Amino acid sequence: MRVSAPRFDAIVVGAGPAGSVAAYTMASQGMRVALIERGEFPGAKNVFGGVLYRKPLEDIIPEFWKEAPLERKVVEQRLWVLGKDSVVSLGYRSARFKEPPNAWTGQRAKFDAWLAGKAERAGAIPIYETVATSLIRDGEKVVGVRTDRDEGDLYASVVIIADGVNSLLAKSLGVHREWNPDQVSLAVKEVLALPKDIIQARFGVEEGDGVTIELVGETCGMAGLGFLYTNQDTLSIGVGVMVSDLRKKKVKPYQVLDGIKQHPEIQRLIAGGETKEYAAHLIPEGGFDAMPPLAGDGWMICGDAAQMVNAAHREGTDLALLSGRLAGETAVACHATGDWSAGGLGAYTRAVKESIIHRDLKKYRGLHGLLSGPQVELLFGALPQALNDAVYEMLSVDGESKRDKQKRAAALLREAAGGTAGLIGIGWRGWRAMNG
Amino acid sequence: MSIEDRLYAVRYRVDDKSHLTIRDQAVCETCPTKACEWFCPADVYAWDAGERRILVAYENCLECGTCRIACAEHNIEWTYPTGGYGIAYKFG
Repeated sequence: MRVSAPRFDAIVVGAGPAGSVAAYTMASQGMRVALIERGEFPGAKNVFGGVLYRKPLEDIIPEFWKEAPLERKVVEQRLWVLGKDSVVSLGYRSARFKEPPNAWTGQRAKFDAWLAGKAERAGAIPIYETVATSLIRDGEKVVGVRTDRDEGDLYASVVIIADGVNSLLAKSLGVHREWNPDQVSLAVKEVLALPKDIIQARFGVEEGDGVTIELVGETCGMAGLGFLYTNQDTLSIGVGVMVSDLRKKKVKPYQVLDGIKQHPEIQRLIAGGETKEYAAHLIPEGGFDAMPPLAGDGWMICGDAAQMVNAAHREGTDLALLSGRLAGETAVACHATGDWSAGGLGAYTRAVKESIIHRDLKKYRGLHGLLSGPQVELLFGALPQALNDAVYEMLSVDGESKRDKQKRAAALLREAAGGTAGLIGIGWRGWRAMNG
Repeated sequence: MSIEDRLYAVRYRVDDKSHLTIRDQAVCETCPTKACEWFCPADVYAWDAGERRILVAYENCLECGTCRIACAEHNIEWTYPTGGYGIAYKFG
């Protein structure tokens, strides 16, 4: 170890939600913290669908919404099951989502920059535009990071790895394998500019209020979901499909997005929107069984780098915020005792186990198997279409008796699922996957 | 909307050296699928039939990491661009 190399209590790699909250938590308690970020600014590399929940960050920064850059309060959430030229929709709207807000739409380049700023103001030392290229070890113990700056070695008692889904550092620890193509989805997204009043009229909301629409179907038979969210004067539209399915189909990711954008019911909502940005990002969707060990001698892993995403509920940012807090709090406790060993940092693993991160991902642990199994084309292709056709049958008045219509509608669903046993089987597997 | 128009909307600070490297072009030559030609969301990879090699337009890379995981031959060396370079989202 060079004597001149800077030494910190903690180094956080990645100024996304997990890293910035970890840095904020530690710096607020007087620890010497370095916050490393490879982007031009915190958030420059970060993408999400667009929903931020209140609770996880409120626990750390009370009433953060009074100063954070957010878009619209989510007052209505819709689920759209798409057929070729139709949609079966389900929605929930409540004024109870307004005061205090349950969630907002947001944009990560803005939000993450703000959150990292909070960590800086709490005393964390920003080291941005810097790549942490490898971990420095002393035997088994992680003692620092090497960066791509000249004389860029930094040392600390603990390194918090929060560098996202492509965590080369976590991989270099050797505690888990590379993600399999069925453990990650690729999401592509566009931000479309539209005047506020048009957004409000089309989505039926007032100033400051917003809508989210999750989209099932029309993903070329790939396991995946689309989304359309309202921001202040932009819309976020995107689709995520499992990388293993993408590799099989000869369809480009942006062609899947184009298909969704051209759907007549979506076209109606986005018409006239000018594309301001195109983005792509991986989503770790391996779930509970893909989570790597979370802590060891001198290190902890947070957020996407640890596969902390609840794909069924579009939750990732909130789990990252929570894991960052738990890692930060663990480091504060270890700082007090001076025990930075795997045993001391193991308190983080226990805290995650007791939190909703572990409990929710465990509940859905079967989902990964369901979505990477042979029934994908059925679940994301044939069934959504059959549901649309069945509803069409039921709602068309054409001289046929309701009894016959009902039969035909049921037959459409049954056929799509490969018979009654198939339909029951799908239902059962779906139930098990979400209640494992 | 074409991919060119899409990428035109994206802000980059382009590094002068590539952060994406084909480990062995001979592997690409015998690759039966050349799946990188369609799974990349920015069309970074293209098979050049004349030169018998995969061309890498790293300047357009959105740094998603799909190629790192999806190349069945593990033939793409994927690293981060130099600190401060590469994609810089305005919205994200």
